[in-house]
Order: sequence, then C-alpha cells, then structure tokens
Amino acid sequence: MSKPSFRGTDQYVATEELMSAVNASITLSRPLLIKGEPGTGKTLLAAEVARALGMPLFEWHVKSTTKAQQGLYEYDAVSRLRDSQLGESRVQDISNYILKGKLWEAFDCETQPVLLIDEIDKADIEFPNDLLREIDRMDFYVYETRQTVRAKHRPFIIITSNNEKELPDAFLRRCFFHYIRFPDEDTMLRIIDVHFPGLKKDLLREALTMFFKVREVPGLKKKPSTSELLDWIKLLVAEDISPEALRTDDAHKFIPPLYGALLKNEQDVHLFEQLLFLNRRNAR
Amino acid sequence: MLVKFFFLLRTAGVPVSILEFLGLLEALSKGVGEASAERFYYLARTCLVKDERYYDRFDRAFAAFFKGVEGNFAVLSKDLPADWLQKLAEKNLSDEEKAKIQAMGGWDKLMETLKKRLEEQKGRHQGGGKWIGTAGTSPFGAYGYNPEGVRIGQDSSRNRTAVKVWDKREYANLDDGVELGTRNIKLALRGLRRFARRGAATELDLPDTIDATARSGGWLDIKMVPERHNAVKVLLLLDVGGSMDDHVRVCEELFSAARSEFKHLESFYFHNFVYEKLWRDNRRRFNVNMSTHELTRTYAADYKLILVGDATMSPYEIEQPGGSIEHWNEEPGRVWLQRLMQTYRKFAWLNPQPRERWRYTQSIAITRELLEGRMYPLTLGGLDEAIDALT
Repeated sequence: MSKPSFRGTDQYVATEELMSAVNASITLSRPLLIKGEPGTGKTLLAAEVARALGMPLFEWHVKSTTKAQQGLYEYDAVSRLRDSQLGESRVQDISNYILKGKLWEAFDCETQPVLLIDEIDKADIEFPNDLLREIDRMDFYVYETRQTVRAKHRPFIIITSNNEKELPDAFLRRCFFHYIRFPDEDTMLRIIDVHFPGLKKDLLREALTMFFKVREVPGLKKKPSTSELLDWIKLLVAEDISPEALRTDDAHKFIPPLYGALLKNEQDVHLFEQLLFLNRRNAR
Repeated sequence: MLVKFFFLLRTAGVPVSILEFLGLLEALSKGVGEASAERFYYLARTCLVKDERYYDRFDRAFAAFFKGVEGNFAVLSKDLPADWLQKLAEKNLSDEEKAKIQAMGGWDKLMETLKKRLEEQKGRHQGGGKWIGTAGTSPFGAYGYNPEGVRIGQDSSRNRTAVKVWDKREYANLDDGVELGTRNIKLALRGLRRFARRGAATELDLPDTIDATARSGGWLDIKMVPERHNAVKVLLLLDVGGSMDDHVRVCEELFSAARSEFKHLESFYFHNFVYEKLWRDNRRRFNVNMSTHELTRTYAADYKLILVGDATMSPYEIEQPGGSIEHWNEEPGRVWLQRLMQTYRKFAWLNPQPRERWRYTQSIAITRELLEGRMYPLTLGGLDEAIDALT
C-alpha cells in the first residue's frame, strides 16, 4: 500500500523538512501542528495539501470566542423555543436542531479529508484540552440524540498556531510539530518564481536585496514576510517600476517605492523614514 | 541504539515523552524517513520536538549522538545566535565574584575615599580593582560592578548600583504601543479582573429566560441583565532609568498589556525607589509631578498597588535621608514605601530581575523585607503569584 506523499504544488514551494513533516503525519495519521512567522504560508499549507493529494478540505477558523463544542455540534435551543411558540411540528424531533460542526462534517466525509484548525492559539486556554479525545479517538458522543459519531476516515488534521498562547503538553504529545522558518534567499527565489513566472531577473534581484535589507532594519515591530514581499512585487509589476529605481547603492534614493506594502504599522514607517533621513544626511 | 538517543535528549533538556518516542519508532517501522540521514533528522525532529525553542537543543544532542555515524551533518553545525554571545560578554563576572565584592565601609567613608582617590589618580583608567575608570571592580567609576559603587560620568548604566549619578539622564517615556508578546501578560492579568454588573439591562440572560419561560408554561418571558464591566482599579508605579535600562522592554510590554485590561488604571513613574514625588510624564517630570501624599488621598484604598522595579540600588537609597540619587529627600525611601503599603493593603512588587539573582543584591533583600515578602519576578509565573496576592 503506498500512501500519498506531498511534494509541494505548482503554487506552493515546500522545503524538504516541511514535506517530510507532512508525509510523516499523513502516514501515521497524527495531527500536524504548524508554527512560524506570520505570512510564511501556514494556513495555505492545508489548502495546498488538499489540492495536491485530491482530498476535500474543511476549514475551522478559530476565534477568541470559539468553543471546542462548536467544532463538534451545536444545539440550537433558541430556534426550537421559537418553533415551539409557533406550534411547528418539527419541534418534536430534537435532531432538527443539532447543527453539525466542522469536525463532524469532516468525520462524515466519504473520502479521507484534510481538516484545518486555524489559529488554535486564539481560543481559550482550555480549548485544545477539550479536543484531546476527539483528536485521539476520532469519535464523540451527541448527548441530545444519544448517538456516537465516528470518523469514516481519519481526517488529516493540520493545526496552525501563532504562539500567542502555550499549548498544553497533553495536546502537544498527540501532535507532530513543524516550525516553518523564514525562507532563505534561494527558497525565496523559488517562491517568487512560482507566483510571478515571467519576472525580469534584474528587477527580482534588486527587489530581493531591498527586501532583505528592510528586514534587517533594527527595531521593526513587524518584519515584512513572504506574503508582504509577494504583495509588494505585485505592486512593482503593476506600476512598472524599473530595476534601477530599486538600486540601493545611492543613499539619496534609498526609499523603496511603494514601501507601504512592506511595512504595516505607522511606528515602523516612522522609524524607517527616520533612518532614511539619517542615511541621506550622512551621504551629504 | 535509539533508546540512548532518547535519554540523551532528555538530559539535553528537550522534554520528550515515551509516547512521542514510540511515535518515532512507529514512523520508522512504516518506512518513513529512511532514505537519508537528513530525512531521518527531519522526521525525528517532527516527532520528538514540540516547540521551536527546543530546536537548538535537539540539534546539538542529535549532532553529539550521531557524530561519526554519518560523516556529513553539515546541516547541524549552526552558528551560535549572536545575542547569546552578547549576553556572555555582559556576564563577564560570575555570581560568585559578584558576591565576593561586598561593601567597604559606610557612606561618609565612601565619599571621602572617592575624594582622595580622585586626587591621587590622573588620567583615564581601565580595569583593575582600585582606580576610578571603566570595567573595574573598584567602587568608583563606570561600567564596573560593585554594589556600593559611585558612578561617574557615563551615558547609560551597565551594571546597577550607584549612589550618585552625576550626569543627568534622558528618560524614555514608556511606550504602550508595544503589542507583540504582550498577550501572555494580558492573559495573566486577566486573573485580576473582577466583573461587576452595573447600569442598564442590555444583554439577554439566556439561562434566566429559559427558566422564566418554563415557569410561565412555555410562554416566552425574556430576561435582560446589565452588561459586564471590569471593576478592578489598579495603581501602577513604574521604575524608569538607571538600573532599569536592561528591563525597559519588559516593562513596556507590561504597561502596554495593562492599559487595555482595566477600566481604572493610573500609572506613575519613579526612579529607583518611591519618595515624596511621583510623575506621569517623563519629559516634564521636574515641572509636573504629584506628591505621594496627594496620590494616597486621590486614589482610594480599594485600588490595587503594583510596583514594577528592579529594586537594585545602593542600600542608602532606601535607608538614608538624602540617599536618593537625584534629589535631597527629607525622609528615607522605606518610610514612603511603608506609607503606600498602609494605604493600599493589596500590593505587589514585580521585579524584572530573575529570582536566582535576588540574594546577591542587598537592596532587593531590604525591599523584600519591607514588602513582607510580596515581591515577585516579572515572568508569567511570577505574575500569577502576584495576582494571587492581589486578590
């Protein structure tokens, strides 16, 4: 029996380590916990794995108010109450008011699906603990209808986290873990090549030099990441900026055009402008 | 063979459990990660390490264990992070050495000796144990270490204590815009929240509505409750400048976190220790300030008092009238701290210095005693303890 293996897609460049992590988790059907700098393609991974392996994708986006129970099912007591006031007949059957959650949908899927639990760290601290059994045994019990829901095929679960909260040990023990590090220059070239196949070589080179320079500016609150770089290049192409305009040798021109795409908060922009000012003064 | 690797990882400080180890073995038995050493490395890391902070420890243990088994582990020979080296350089003195350097005589003697030495010495001096200069262990001079040291002419303080600073320092206003990394602190502070329902009823009270509906025989009877408000009042006093230079970043984070957590949060600054005056704005601290008496009158006793400071200074600054490093204080700092403690019965002092280092600094011991032991390290665990003390 040969298990499907993930090798990246035409739109997603996966490093050797990422592929190995994904394939190991698929083979052992363990959930894969993904961390990494914002904008390095954590959420995208699930969609691309699903696409590459032809599996259906279920996305569960977690917010600070999300409860673990919502992923399983919800009992809509309010509409049942309303229906009872109006004398509807469907009020007799409680299963009419059980709303399936994402986990249930994934369990019901006829082929092995990919389930993305996005930004698990946003939820309450107890959230991962409440999902331990479900993730381990892949079944849960619906009290209202007294039925046990069991997964037809163990879904391949991808969990992303931004490290805003520590996850409990018991939960971590059941997952595989991978940290997506910030891509080096070669990987970055491949990523850009995937997104902008016909990009002029010299523009690309200048843009990358500029990008890594901006990342190295000390004290930035939010360093620009891959997704910001892609946005920026898209703008550069749309505005038809020449590679010469990006050349940084001349301190007078050390303003990257359209830098709003790279720097996302006003303190960073401010800091950057101050540095530019200093740079120019020194050049004089 | 891999069992040894497992125990080596545990000794290296990577928290691995048996379950994870069995996971790795299972993966290997299914033929994942066999082809190359590199693939095995990735697989082992994916299975065994659950947090990126342990990646480096894992790498080192892996390299140590598999050295010689496979020649080309070039991947593993990573450079040490730059900030480690920097830290090492800062720590040029061991704790033992620090403990060894202890006080030499009282206040007067210190000033007298300084005068003498100043006369004796001509020119700049670096290192050594007697002369005034830089990076030495004599009680006089800058960038050195001596708990009773006198600091002379220096831009930013390196190693804590000095009885007088003769160059006026620039005080950076603590910035509450630092959002990154504050969520953990916010979470801990959330423990302080006490909710109280006050005001107009604007929210649907579902349990009560269901109850009331059932009681009225199925006819919908909607119950409302007022919105929840956070009723906790906090008075935050922050140390700025001097020995706090190293900790400003952590304090900024705390400050930024605190802003959004409480409805009533009043923050003031002090320098090294609390005296008769506190201020709100560092840029105008000499013109616009508030007397500590007025503070205790303005903010009632139901405020919870949180002091943040490293309490690292010369003992004179706590015990002696006139001991403050920048003005003449009529009453010693300990009197002022005790006054604050009498007004606010719920108080805690958060110290950004790691707890292990506290016993090497005399002033921390004095302050802790004054605070009846309610000093906590500025870490998540310490915050939890502090919040226990405050509630």
